[in-house]
Amino acid sequence: MNRLAYNKLVDRFFKLAALAATIVGLVFLFTLVWDIAHDGAGRISWSFLTSFPSRRPERAGILSALVGTIWIMGLTAVFAFPIGVGAGVYLEEYTKKKNWITRLIEINIANLAGVPSIIYGLLGLGIFVRALSLERSLLTGALTLTLLILPIIIISTREALKAVPFSIREASYALGATRWQTTYRQVLPVALPGILTGTILALSRAIGETAPLITIGALTYIAFLPESVFDPFTVLPIQIFNWVSRPQKGFAVNAAAAIIVLLFLTLILNSIAIYLRHRFQRRIRW
Amino acid sequence: MKSFLDRRSRQRIFERGIHAALLLCASLSIFTTIGIILALFFETFEFFKEVSIIEFLTDTQWTPLFVDKHFGILSLVAGTFIVSFIAMCVAIPLGILCAIYLSEYSSPRFREVVKPVLEVLAGIPTVVYGYFALLFVTPLLKSFIPGLSGFNALSPGIVMGIMILPMVSSMSEDAMHAVPSSLREGAYALGATRFQVATKVVVPAALSGIMSSFVLAVSRAVGETMIVTIAAGQQPRFSLNPLVPIETITAYIVQVSLGDTPAGTIEHKTIFAAGMTLFIFTLALNLISNWLKERFREEYR
Repeated sequence: MNRLAYNKLVDRFFKLAALAATIVGLVFLFTLVWDIAHDGAGRISWSFLTSFPSRRPERAGILSALVGTIWIMGLTAVFAFPIGVGAGVYLEEYTKKKNWITRLIEINIANLAGVPSIIYGLLGLGIFVRALSLERSLLTGALTLTLLILPIIIISTREALKAVPFSIREASYALGATRWQTTYRQVLPVALPGILTGTILALSRAIGETAPLITIGALTYIAFLPESVFDPFTVLPIQIFNWVSRPQKGFAVNAAAAIIVLLFLTLILNSIAIYLRHRFQRRIRW
Repeated sequence: MKSFLDRRSRQRIFERGIHAALLLCASLSIFTTIGIILALFFETFEFFKEVSIIEFLTDTQWTPLFVDKHFGILSLVAGTFIVSFIAMCVAIPLGILCAIYLSEYSSPRFREVVKPVLEVLAGIPTVVYGYFALLFVTPLLKSFIPGLSGFNALSPGIVMGIMILPMVSSMSEDAMHAVPSSLREGAYALGATRFQVATKVVVPAALSGIMSSFVLAVSRAVGETMIVTIAAGQQPRFSLNPLVPIETITAYIVQVSLGDTPAGTIEHKTIFAAGMTLFIFTLALNLISNWLKERFREEYR
């Protein structure tokens, strides 16, 4: 075999190996989805969605976890969206010259994005639970998750603002608008789809978070619904974790069924993000 | 005319107020960092009043919840290390092959379909991977490896490797994509095959970007919590045997948080000392990763 044929053979072999490596991830994903659907789909019923947890697996449901998840997501969105967008706007629209404060904030946000989520749990435990005496409440959980997803929202807000043509700002200033008028009436509406997409993707990360909420002391067994933001709570991932760690087979089935519900909620959030992006993209053209 | 001036000055005050509010939002990130450092430092400081730092760093047993207390973080570090190592053994080769395939071999259409599907892997909640590791992968591995315990480092390590695979492949692929195509064309003109172009031109040129993705992936693996809490067991062990139950730093924090250890006790302070250790590890890794990424950017300006 001559050199050229040998090189071609190596190339072909490598291509197959690389393709196989690419497919491993896909096969894994489909196996995961199939395994969970196979284990849990039969358990999903109206009573599973509307029952409280129980010691007997066949009578247990996810009502308190589902309601807790909805509360936490709503509160987190209310806190994280304005703060994250505000920070993004400040860094992108209000600082033309890079001074040491903005540079410090930028480095800081990049580093915060890499801090493990459980560390945010310890932060929540130290600051919200202890120092501010908010206890193991919905408020503590939502504030902790807010800090966790802020870097993601800030980064995606900045990306969306960067994509707005500079001429729009100049036109607005030329008509005598102030900086805030320009930002609020011209730049933000154009950047909104990008910002919303980023926010929803950040929320879809928050909905699956377990570790920080366990660390702040969210309960694993709750047989009532929270009535105010100061009430204790549980969420779907914690309920799943609780069921997975029990030895009885019935609870593993419950965990699989709850995972299906959790993945379904994540899917809805992602679909909303995609829908918003498409809908708004069509409206604005230059 | 007077009312016009009034309006302008009112507007100026309003603008200043907005500016201050936005600055406050942006500086919240600084307060978050300060909060993390204070929360960890305060309790860790209290912890080291009672436990010597030498014992913490050299003892090979970690038994704060037992009567005979030992505070050797090394056994938790060993657990964290072995799981992360297995995860990287999965994620690095697969990730880089995947990146090479998508960047150098595949058709644009294949890439457009496969890349987002792979990224779905990164969006699945980690508790779901924990379930899968414990109830699917471990039983599967047991049929090959008879000595495998129900809780072990191997199964969560492999699953974690697949979870961080899209991170390695996406970031590496971006780095390869940024290599100027003139370099590739030069190599092709000299008669190189795609394999030679990929391994001898593109990968070396994108190396610091690729390394940056590896380091970031290690940082993710070290900080990952739920997979190991569910599937690796809760037995701190100073050993690198992947077949037996171990405990990672993160799993220990969860274990104590789930129990009813009262605040203020030495048992409870351990989670902050463990958290501080974890924070220092991941911070160092993130800084290295950023440094590598910046270096890569400078090469191709």
